Amino acid sequence: MRRAGVPVAFSQGFTPHPKISYASAAPTGVASEAEYLEIGLQQPVEPAALRAALDAVLSPGLDVLDAVVAGSGSLADRIDASRWRVELPGVEPDVARAAVSAFLAASEVLVERMTKQGRRVFDSRAAVTTFDVIERTEAPSGVAGVPCAILEVVVRQVTPSVRPDDVLSGLRVVADLEPPVPPRATRLAQGTLTAQGEIVDPLEADRDGTAIGERQPEVRPAVR
Amino acid sequence: MSAASTVAGRSAAMTVWPQLEQLLPQVSKPIQYVGGELGAVVKDWESAVVRWALMYPDAYEVGLPNQGVQILYEVLNELPDVLAERTYAVWPDLERLMRAEGVPQFTVEAHRPVGAFDLFGISFATELGYTNLLTAIDLAGIPLLSADRTDAHPVIVAGGHAAFNPEPIADFVDAAVLGDGEEAVLEITEIVRAWKEEGSPGGRDELLLRLARTESVYVPRFYDVDYLPDGRIQRVVPNRPDVPFRVHKRTTMDLDAWPYPKKPIVPLAETVHERYAVEIFRGCTRGCRFCQAGMITRPVRERSITTVGQMVKDGLEYSGFHEVGLLSLSSADHSEIGDMCSGLAQQYEGTNVSLSLPSTRVDAFNIELAQELSRNGRRTGLTFAPEGGSERIRKVINKMVSEEDLIRTVVTAYTNGWRQVKLYFMCGLPTEEDEDVLQIARLAHEVIKAGRAATGSKDIRCTVSIGGFVPKPHTPFQWARMERPEVIDNRLKLLKQAINADRSLGRAIGYRYHDGEPSLIEGLLSRGDRRIGAVIRRVWEQGGRFDGWSEHFSYQRWVDAAAEVLPGFGVDLDWYTVREREQAEVLPWDHLDSGLDKDWLWQDWQDSLTEFEQDDCRWTPCFDCGVCPSMDTEIQIGPTGKKLLPLTPVNTGLRMPAGTGH
Repeated sequence: MRRAGVPVAFSQGFTPHPKISYASAAPTGVASEAEYLEIGLQQPVEPAALRAALDAVLSPGLDVLDAVVAGSGSLADRIDASRWRVELPGVEPDVARAAVSAFLAASEVLVERMTKQGRRVFDSRAAVTTFDVIERTEAPSGVAGVPCAILEVVVRQVTPSVRPDDVLSGLRVVADLEPPVPPRATRLAQGTLTAQGEIVDPLEADRDGTAIGERQPEVRPAVR
Repeated sequence: MSAASTVAGRSAAMTVWPQLEQLLPQVSKPIQYVGGELGAVVKDWESAVVRWALMYPDAYEVGLPNQGVQILYEVLNELPDVLAERTYAVWPDLERLMRAEGVPQFTVEAHRPVGAFDLFGISFATELGYTNLLTAIDLAGIPLLSADRTDAHPVIVAGGHAAFNPEPIADFVDAAVLGDGEEAVLEITEIVRAWKEEGSPGGRDELLLRLARTESVYVPRFYDVDYLPDGRIQRVVPNRPDVPFRVHKRTTMDLDAWPYPKKPIVPLAETVHERYAVEIFRGCTRGCRFCQAGMITRPVRERSITTVGQMVKDGLEYSGFHEVGLLSLSSADHSEIGDMCSGLAQQYEGTNVSLSLPSTRVDAFNIELAQELSRNGRRTGLTFAPEGGSERIRKVINKMVSEEDLIRTVVTAYTNGWRQVKLYFMCGLPTEEDEDVLQIARLAHEVIKAGRAATGSKDIRCTVSIGGFVPKPHTPFQWARMERPEVIDNRLKLLKQAINADRSLGRAIGYRYHDGEPSLIEGLLSRGDRRIGAVIRRVWEQGGRFDGWSEHFSYQRWVDAAAEVLPGFGVDLDWYTVREREQAEVLPWDHLDSGLDKDWLWQDWQDSLTEFEQDDCRWTPCFDCGVCPSMDTEIQIGPTGKKLLPLTPVNTGLRMPAGTGH
C-alpha cells in the first residue's frame, strides 16, 4: 500500500492499523486465483488506477485483477462457497471417480485435523455441494508420464471450515484413496452460491455501481 | 525483473524448485523458502562470470534483515556480470525431507543448488551458527572438510564478527575475511574473475593462494599450528613461502561513498525486524572492555547527516517500510545526532513513519532524542544499558555511568511520559562477585522509588534484562576466565530473590535472564582454536542445529562432545572456558590483525583489574590502541554543519507504473 501510494485509512488508537480486511483467505500451501479483500481509504481513488498501482508493486505471482467501489454490505456476506481444483498426480481418474462417488453417497464423512485448539473431528461431507472428476484438457503443471486425476469440488463456507485437504481426508476415509505425492489444490473461484450451484463473483453487484466512500479492490493472487 | 524472465532464468540454470515445491506443504512456514521478495534479484545464470551464494546461518526470519548480507548482496548484484543469491538455514523439518528426497541446499531467489556457485559466503554474527554452517555445507553436497574439496566445489568464505577468530571452523571454511565486507567482496570477485578468465590455472590451490596474497583474506590451510606439551599453542606459521605472516582486517572509509542498502529486501514472510535500517556510523571508541564490536570496528566513521537523510527518503519510498532504525554501536554519539533526529522527525511528522534509535547511552540527552523521535505520540519503551550492577564492576568494564546519572536519566524518562524502561545488564563479568549482581536489585528499587516520587504515580515499570558475559577475541577480556554456569545461575536466583524482597517495588520490576550454559558454549567457540572443530563436528553429527535457539540448544550435547574429543588433545572444556590466560600465551587469533596492539589490550586488561577507566579518543587525546597507525585509518566525524530540509509532502497519490500515462 505504501509503495503504491494508496491513501489507506488507519484505525484509531495507540497502534493504528491500516484498514484492510481479507475475506476467507486461502489456507497456506494451496494456490488461488480468486482472493478478495477490502481496503478502507482516506479519500476516493479511481479503481482502475488503484488496481494498476497495487499490481505494479506486488511480487511476481501476485496479480491484482480488478477493483470496484464497495457498495452496501460486507464482502464476507457475499462469499459463501469456493470452487477448488485438486490435482492428484499418480492417481488413476477411474480410481478417483469411484472414491468421489462413495463420498457423495455418504450422508456424513467424519475427518480430523489439527487446529490451534487441538485435534478436531468434523463432517467434511455436508459442506460439499458438487464434486466431479473432470476430463483432462491439458497436462497439469509439473506432471509428466504419470496418470493424474483432477477433481473439482464446490465447498460451502462453514464452521469449522472445510478445506480441500479435509475433502481429501474424506476420500481416504470412504475409499482409502491415498495419493502417492502431495496433491496440488487451487482455488478457482469464490462468491455467492446460487440455487443452481453456480458461484457468482462477489464484486458483480458493485460493478457499474455508484456507491460513494470505501472502495474495494479485488485481488486474485496466484499463490504458489 | 518481470515474471517471464524469472521463469526463463530458472529453466536456463538448474533449479530445484519442482522437487522443493512438493515438500513445502509438509513443512512449517513454507513461505520462507519461496523467495519473490521485493529487492530480490534473479539473473541469468549463463551471463554471470562470478556467482556468489550468500548465507546468514540462521532461520530466514532472523537472517533476512541482516544488514551485512543485504549490503553485499546489493553491491555484488550491481555488477552486470556477477550474480549473488541468498540462502538461509532450513529448519529440521525441511532438512529431513530434503535428505529423504535428495534436494540440496538452495538459494531462495531462483532455487539454485548452492554447490553450483563459485563462492559460498557466510556471515557469522555469532559463533552459535557454526553447526548450521555444517548443515548447509553438507546439504549442498560439498565435502565438510576444506581439504577434501575439489575444483568442482564453491570456495567457502566466512565473514562477520566471528570471523576475527575463524580457527574453530578452520577445517570447514576455505577462507575468512576480517572486517568490512563491501570492498573485500569486490576484490575477491575480481580475483575469481581473473582466475576463471585465464582458464583456472593451478586449480583451487592457486585461487586460494591468490586470495591469501591480498593479505586481507585468511586461508587457514596455508598456516600450521604447533602446540606445546601442555596444550597451549606454540606458534602459528605459514606453511609456504608466499603467504603473509599476519592477515589484516579491511576497513571501509567514507561511508558516504557506500550508501547501502539502497534497495532493502522486503520479505513476504514475517521477520524479526521489519524496518529500513541505516547505519549512521561504524566503529566505536567508548572502550567498553567486553564489547568485541567496539574493538574490532575502529576507528569511528560517521555517515553524514545529509547522506542519512537521503538514504531514509529513498529507502522508505522503495521499500514501503514505516519504521526506520538509525543503527550504530552507540547512536547518540553521532556528532550531529540532534539535528538528524529533529530533522527526520519533522520530515515524517504525521505520516505513521516511526523512527527508532537503539539507545545505549545513559544520559538526559538520550531522552531529548527519544522525545524528538516519538513526536507522533508513541512512547513505547526506552532501553538503557548500564551493563554492570555495581559502581565497581562498571569501572572494570569501562562503562562510565554513575548510579546518580542512571537514576536521574530514568526518572527524566518517567516524567516525560514513558511508563516502561528497560535496563540491560551482564552477569559473569571478570572479577564479579555475588554482591556486584545483587546491586542490580538495589538499583532497580531506587529507580522505581525515585520514579514514583517524581511522577506521583504507581503506574511505572522497569524491566531488568540480564545477558551472560562471553569473553571475545581482540578485546581486553580475551585473557579472562569465564564463570561456571552453576555460579551464574545461582547469582541470577539470588538477584531474583533480592528484587522481590520488597513486594511493593518488586511488583513494578520485570526480570528476564538467560541461563549460564549457552554462554559457556559461546565462550568455548569464541576463543577456541582448531581443535574445537572436532567438537563442533561431533555435536553436529549428534543432531546439533540452531544453537542460538534455546528450544534447540543442548548443553549436554556440547559437554559430551567436548569430553569425547578434547582429551585426545590433552585439554578439556574447562581449559578453554574457566581458565585465565597469561600474557605470554599465544592466542589462536594472534596472527589475525584487528589493528589493536596486543600490548595495549594487555594494559587495558590490567587497568580493568585496577578499576582504571579509559576515555574515548573522540573527545580526548589518542590513547594508542594501535588501530589508526597500523591500518592507515583515522577517525571520521563531523559536524558538517548541514541540516535536513523539509521534504515535499509524502502522500502525493497513487504511484503509477511507468508507461500507464497516469
